[in-house]
Amino acid sequence: MLERIPSVIDVLVPQASTYAGDIDGLFTIILVSVGIWFFASEIVFFWLIFRFRKKDGVRAQYVSGEKQSEKKWVTYPHLAILLFDVLIVVAAVRVWYDIKQDLPPAERTVRVIGQQWAWTFVHPGPDGEIDTADDIAKVNELHVEVDRLHHYKLESKDVLHNFSVPVFRLKQDAIPGRVITGWFTPTKTGEWDVQCAEICGVGHGLMGARIHIETAEQHAAWMAQESPLQLAANAAQKQEEE
Amino acid sequence: MAQTIPADVPVHDEAHHEESFWSHYVFSTDHKMIAMQYMFTGIFMGLIGGFFAYAFRMQLAFPGVEVPLFGVVSPNEYNALITNHGAIMIFWVAMPVLIAALGNYLIPLMIGADDMVFPRLNRLSYQIFLVSAIVLLASFFVPGGGFAGAWTFYPPLSSTAEYSLTPLGSSLFVVAIALEFAAFLMGGINFIVTAMNSRAPGMKLYDIPMVVWMIVVASVLFMLSVGPLIAGAVMLLFDQNLGTAFFNPERGGDPILWQHLFWFFGHPEVYVVLLPALGVVAEIITVFARKKLFAYRTVLYTVFGTGVLSFTVWAHHQFVAGIDPRMAHVFTVTTLLISVPLAEAMFVYIATLYGGSISLTTPMLWALGFIATFLIGGVTGIFLGASGEDIYLHDTYFVLAHFHYTFFPIAIIGFYAAITFWFPKMFGRMMDERLGKIHFWGTIIPFNFIFIPLFVLGLAGQHRRIYDFTNYPDLAAYQPIRVFATISLLVMFSFQLVFFYNFFKSMFRGPKAPKNPWQANTLEWTTESPPPHGNWKELPTVHRGPYEYSVEGRESDYWPQNEPA
Repeated sequence: MLERIPSVIDVLVPQASTYAGDIDGLFTIILVSVGIWFFASEIVFFWLIFRFRKKDGVRAQYVSGEKQSEKKWVTYPHLAILLFDVLIVVAAVRVWYDIKQDLPPAERTVRVIGQQWAWTFVHPGPDGEIDTADDIAKVNELHVEVDRLHHYKLESKDVLHNFSVPVFRLKQDAIPGRVITGWFTPTKTGEWDVQCAEICGVGHGLMGARIHIETAEQHAAWMAQESPLQLAANAAQKQEEE
Repeated sequence: MAQTIPADVPVHDEAHHEESFWSHYVFSTDHKMIAMQYMFTGIFMGLIGGFFAYAFRMQLAFPGVEVPLFGVVSPNEYNALITNHGAIMIFWVAMPVLIAALGNYLIPLMIGADDMVFPRLNRLSYQIFLVSAIVLLASFFVPGGGFAGAWTFYPPLSSTAEYSLTPLGSSLFVVAIALEFAAFLMGGINFIVTAMNSRAPGMKLYDIPMVVWMIVVASVLFMLSVGPLIAGAVMLLFDQNLGTAFFNPERGGDPILWQHLFWFFGHPEVYVVLLPALGVVAEIITVFARKKLFAYRTVLYTVFGTGVLSFTVWAHHQFVAGIDPRMAHVFTVTTLLISVPLAEAMFVYIATLYGGSISLTTPMLWALGFIATFLIGGVTGIFLGASGEDIYLHDTYFVLAHFHYTFFPIAIIGFYAAITFWFPKMFGRMMDERLGKIHFWGTIIPFNFIFIPLFVLGLAGQHRRIYDFTNYPDLAAYQPIRVFATISLLVMFSFQLVFFYNFFKSMFRGPKAPKNPWQANTLEWTTESPPPHGNWKELPTVHRGPYEYSVEGRESDYWPQNEPA
């Protein structure tokens, strides 16, 4: 529902996950809600400064603001703000629930390991499972298949890191000693930045990676080429030829 | 038996008593002198914090360039610069200037007391603060350099030397922070006790000027929130140096615990510095609009409400930090709720302008500038408090721009508002209005040109604390925006020279200030400028509230609190 709302973020960063549109739509909802209040306040504010500027012979009025008839000028707006807050809370909580609290079943799982100062991505090999012999481990290079629901298992080997994929609108801290599971479904093929969004020491500024979102065919081809079993077979064949 | 006064008890009518340089300027127990010590130390630290900002903004705009007066910024230097810029600006500028300097200067003068209740504790507070500043400055010169793991010093980076590569810097940083908090705790106790016990006869609770109330509430918030952080700082120090494992997951500790301890303090801290600034603005707009403060009691209750709520919002800093995702709902609700009292405070200030007779003097420009810019800081906070949106915006430049739109109005605009307003009282001379206005526009316009572009960069997914964005293919194209922000910063900094010229020239050469140059009501304007030791020859009595401006049927449009009816 939220993803149908036009947004300013996707002008700057493409939306490449199922929930990117929700976050962008939520942004627009908040922008409009607070924007109304912001401009109304600033306009009234500057108008009052202009209207009641000092003039010769005109004295200021004595208004205590303690009478009900005067206080309503701030009471009604603040009740209205409460109403807008409720609207924003409802929208925000829904988006949060879908992305962070709910965990739909995985079609693929990748392990994401942060350490000073690089990302290691462990991809499943052709068998589709991680923690098997044909896993494909890559440094600073994440390969995922479009339209597949991925789980990520996020770990850290040393300090806090943060796995951030702006095109997904996804961000999650990695904590040493814990494995944090989350999900994403890519919706667009291409290659974009992955950043570390939690300061992690001298090399923090260089702890970037790239995400490659591929079609099923591209991904299968990549997997075939990078699979350790395949690499071993290639090596064996090469030896035989010699 | 005749009563005699022992010789060592300070007697406060000794206005003409000759003091030595040391007892007057260095070991003074006079609240005004301690306020000046805090203020000038704060300004000095502000120059350092500002210089750091200059150095790392230059690096961001022109990566690898040799920054004039600094040199090439290495990655670790960059991290140390941003870390200490944040820590200095909040703990060694905003806190000493807004709470300690204003609290010390204004509370006794505005409530009609001759000094603080505990003058020696007050002196000790400043001395410990000075030591904390020296410890922090010393940390830049130890082997390994200053701490470089962000001003929030999250472990394990901050607790483990192998990770941070600044073994001594990170310990000194924690020591400096802990000392600094001890200092402000003493100051805060003094403020609360003084404001509650030493008011002039006739000054009821609702007759206390708003800025005094705000500093008192801020001190209470500080007192209630700082305990966990000092405990945390000691635990961190133990982890760093004694081999404990409070925050070390390999041995059963938990790094998230630190974040809770830090932000349980850290979020109320925002209001600790905000409230004094709000108080300053209330004093100034009432004087220069010649208006009674709109709904005094509502403002006060709003402040109490904000104070209570501020203890319940801390985990909105940790939405994506690995806390239980269900917890985010609670903190979203509380965070958005706190927008209500703060919006109300803004509305009250705007309503105060209605029906006024507004003169745009320099202090008034700063006070109005505070409201206009703080509104941006306020509304952008809503995006970040909304859990769902924070997933994207967390730790981006959007956050950075947001809190600079809160802290810049608080610490910088609030300071300039206060100093231009109370300068005549503090130094007995008037500042130059024309230079003051040039400085105002030369600060406020570039300020917006620095930070509005940073909101855009944040939306584009640019994260904080990265020393060279050109390494990121998706972010490299935004380099012109970074250059624009940096040039705006240079323009803003250059206009600060106007202020310092005005400040020091007026201090020695400005026209003599009368007792009450702004025709204000509060008690500090009823004594000499500057006030003598002991403040008044005869302590004042209070007959009415602080904001009785333009009362109908009176010849003059102000009515000092001490004037008999």
